[in-house]
This record gives sequence, structure tokens and C-alpha cells, in this order.
Amino acid sequence: MDTMNYKASRGMNIHARRIISYVVLVILTVLCLIWFYILMINATRSHGEMTRGFTPFPSTHLIENLHNVMHGTLPIAAGMRNSIFVSVCCAILCTYFSTMTAYAVHVYDFKLKKFMATFILAVMMIPGQVTALGFLRLIDRIGMDDSLTPLIIPSIASPIVYFYMKQYMESNLPSSLIEAARIDGSNEFKTFNWICVPLMKPAIAVQAIFTFVSTWNNYFTPALVLHTDTKKTLPVLIAQLRSADFLKFDMGQVYAMIAFSIFPVIVVYLLLSKYIVGGVTAGGVKG
Amino acid sequence: MEKNNNKAVIKYNRWGYIFLIPFVVTYVIFQLIPLCSTIYNSFFENYRSGLTQIGPNFVGLENYKALLGGGELLGYLKNTLIMWVLGFVPQIFFSLLLGAWFSDPALRLKCQRFFKTVIYLPNLIMASAFAMLFFTLFSDTGPVNDILIGLGIIHQPYQFMIHVGSVRGLVAFMNFIMWFGNTTILLLAGMLGIDSSLYEAAEVDGASATQIFYRITLPLLKPILLYVMVTSLIGGLQMFDVPQILTNGNGDPMRSAMTMIMYLNKHLYSKNYGMGGALSVLLFFVTGVLSIIIFKTMNQPEKEAK
Repeated sequence: MDTMNYKASRGMNIHARRIISYVVLVILTVLCLIWFYILMINATRSHGEMTRGFTPFPSTHLIENLHNVMHGTLPIAAGMRNSIFVSVCCAILCTYFSTMTAYAVHVYDFKLKKFMATFILAVMMIPGQVTALGFLRLIDRIGMDDSLTPLIIPSIASPIVYFYMKQYMESNLPSSLIEAARIDGSNEFKTFNWICVPLMKPAIAVQAIFTFVSTWNNYFTPALVLHTDTKKTLPVLIAQLRSADFLKFDMGQVYAMIAFSIFPVIVVYLLLSKYIVGGVTAGGVKG
Repeated sequence: MEKNNNKAVIKYNRWGYIFLIPFVVTYVIFQLIPLCSTIYNSFFENYRSGLTQIGPNFVGLENYKALLGGGELLGYLKNTLIMWVLGFVPQIFFSLLLGAWFSDPALRLKCQRFFKTVIYLPNLIMASAFAMLFFTLFSDTGPVNDILIGLGIIHQPYQFMIHVGSVRGLVAFMNFIMWFGNTTILLLAGMLGIDSSLYEAAEVDGASATQIFYRITLPLLKPILLYVMVTSLIGGLQMFDVPQILTNGNGDPMRSAMTMIMYLNKHLYSKNYGMGGALSVLLFFVTGVLSIIIFKTMNQPEKEAK
């Protein structure tokens, strides 16, 4: 009798706990998504409709709003092009050269190997903002101010991506393969490009996505480097929208522009979420 | 034979240096030289006052004295930490809760992948666009006020942007929403890594879910919890995009939402290199010291146990 009671109470417990967890999860889901829902609805409504208050149903002005954004005062199309260009270049350079750095430390045995490995780990935590002042002065002096180059080239040296690649190599790149390639007469550079890089594809894909997204979202450095309107990336243009006299703006346009910079990432994410959510745990991504 | 082999290995190992060239060259040019130049600049008086350029004159530690003595900086540090704590407490609470639920085999939650995908989503959103979105949603005539009035909760629009509490609260809330999914996934990985026989033994002994959580999960999770805390604190000290856009760079009301990096950004924008440099160096040290302190406290109990 006692054990039966005990079991029943435990069963009830699990049931109640399951219900509580579903309720909390649903609330958190709503908290995460409602903002984007309102954004989506309001991007389809005209300024006039919005002054009359919020309704939870979409209207018919999406095309009109997007058209206005494209032909408005801010060069949003150029911003989109710049953002895509910088993010794609960074994703390619960063993953390729981080793999190369990890390969150097993982495969070869040289005097400075230990020093390099420790050094890269030690500098991993230095925030980029701390060196921003020297960085700005430097690019001023070498004539890279107000161009996209200084946003792209530094991504070659990315300690965090290097660290991820190195960890992935430790369990996925057998040294026997490299030796076999050597015996077959492949030179070291070819071995890296045709044996190592293909084997590293899953890690490269995950880090390429993360680098793309973080570059796409980066606001601090581009805001200090870029001055010409047509060279600016999307986050800088968004900030400009905020500092403009807000009330004079057509709210339909404001929402359409925010949607324009947020939804591409959401679409990419939903397509690739399996790899992204898995990739977070696999490596030390900033939390 | 052996000699030959050695030579060949040495010949190969030269490639280690060659493959390091891109990283080292880029790092030295774009990180190391700027870092040194930042430190160097911090000892000089170098700014523009109206149209006249003042400096660069060597002033020793004057910039640091001005920064630390002014009280301004400490205020901004306080703002940054308040907003970080306000966001971090719910973040770690819900992350632990969700991690425990997702990893609990007895609960058998359905749609786990859906929930994980959704809670991680805000982390990838452009912080500046997200802040701009919140600014429009919470503006005096924005949809949030519309909805609250429609529901009869308030009778006239609440001005979110002019109250200290609501601005700080919004910043903290955005940070919470943007980061709790990431933390959940990290903690969940840690929880799934715990040996399941420990849980089974505890269950056989009749431990409740709460007891299991406090006595087994939490202690074993300590290293990863501290890792999450360190990275979050370092990230928190770098808080910039959200308050910058939300308050249009001035940290109003009464600079209560002004963070340290926003202050740095102001100096960089106005080309006050001396003060900017000193502030950067201070941030560099604060970040360094914080990570060392927390890493040390994290290692100590383990050593005692040994």
C-alpha cells in the first residue's frame, strides 16, 4: 500500500512537472518570437494604419514600404551589398587561414610551437574594443580609413576560430593520412589544401556560419571606420536611422528597414539551425 | 638512414613556420601594434578643442588620474555592471532550469529541437537592429503602449525612454533574451556529459528531482558554470550595441544607461586619443584581472578535493 502511494505521488509529480516545463517553455518561446511577429506585421502596414493603433493582422503595404526603403534617404541597397561582401569575405578568409594556423600547430613540430599555442590562447580573451584606438590610428596612417578592407583583412587572425579548428583536428585528422600523402610525393601546401581542408569541411561550415553572422551584426568597428554613406554596412545605417529625427520618419519604412536587416539572418538560421545549434556546444563560442 | 629521416622531418617542420605566417603577420599588424599604440597614446595629451589641436604632449599618468578621479568612469562601470547583473540573473536561472528539463530522461519533453532552435534564435539577430526594434516597439506611440492601453492595464502611454529603471530594464531584458539560449545549450551539453549512473544511483536511493539537481548536477557543473560566468562578464563589460542604439549614444536618462564602451566610443569619435587610450588600458586590465580571479576561484575547490 505504501509503495503504491509512493509510486502514485511520484507519477503525479512527473506529470505536474512536465506541464510546468511546457508552460514555461511556451512562455519563453513567446518572449523570443513576439518581437519579430510584431515587426513582421508592422512592416506590412502603412504609417497611417499604425497611428491608429496595433492590430495583430498583416496589412497590404509590404511592397510599398520596401519600395520606399529602397528609394529613401539612406542607401540601404548599398548597405546590403557592403554587408554581404564583408561578411562573405570574412567567413572565407577567417575559416581558411584559421584552419591553416591550426594545421601548423597541430601537424608540425618546431621550436616556437608551444609558445605560439600558449600565446594564441592567452590573447583569446582580449576584447577588440581595447585595441580599437590603435587600430583606427593605424588604418588612418596606411590610408585604409573609410574603406571595407580594414574590416575584412584582420579576420585572418582569429584566435577563437583557430581554437575550434585545432580541437576539431585533434579528433578528426589522423597523422597517418598526412604521412601517406607525403610518401605519395604531395608537397605540404597541396596536402593541406587537398587532404586537410576537405576533412575539415564540417568544422569549416559551422565556423563560416558563425563568422558570417557575427560580421553581419558587427557595429562597433564599422561605425568608427566608415564615413561615406554608400560604403556603410547595415548596422551603421540602422544606427543612423535611430539618430535621425525619429518622429518625422514614415514608421512603415522604419519597420521595413529593420525587417530587411533581421530576416535574412533568420531565414539562413532556420535553414541551417541543425548545424548551428550543434556547433555552439562543439566549440568555445563566446557566451 | 636515421639521419636522413631526421633531416626530412626538419625539412617538413619548416612548413610549420610558413603556415603560421598569415596569422602572425595579420595579428601583429592589426592587433599587437594597435595594442602597443593604444598603451603608448594613453600617456599623451592629444585632443581637439574646437578648432585647435592640443598635443600630443607627454603627460605621464595624468589621463589615468583624470579618468579615475572624475567619478564619471566609476558611474559608467556601475551602470554596466547593474545592467549585466539584471540580465545575467534571469539568464542563468532559466538556462539551468531548461538545461535540467531538457536533460531529464524522466520528463521526456517533446519538440526539444523546436524549443532549442527558437531560444537560440535571438542570439543571431543583429544587436543594433534588435535595439532599434525595441526602441520603436516601446516608444510612446509604439505597439507595446497600444497593446497595454488596449488591455486596460495603463490609461496613458508609459514613457519607457525617460525612466532610469525602464531603460536599464529594457537593456537587461534584451541581453537576457539574446543570450539565455546560448547559455542553455552550453549548460545542457555539460549536463548531458554527466555520468548517468550517478542519476540512477540517486534515484534508487529515493532522491527527488530537486535533490538530484542540487546535490549532483550543480556541483558537477561548476567548471562549465564558471566558464559561462567569465565569458558573460567579459561580454557584459563590452556591452555597447544595445544601449548605444536604444539611447542614441547618450545613455539618457541622466547617463544612467551609459556603459564603459559607449564612453570609449565617445572619446574615439571625438578623437580624444589620450583619454581613449587610458580608458582602453583600464578596460584591458579589468578584463584580465576579472578572468584571472574567476578562473582561480574555480580551480581552488578542486585542488582542496585532491
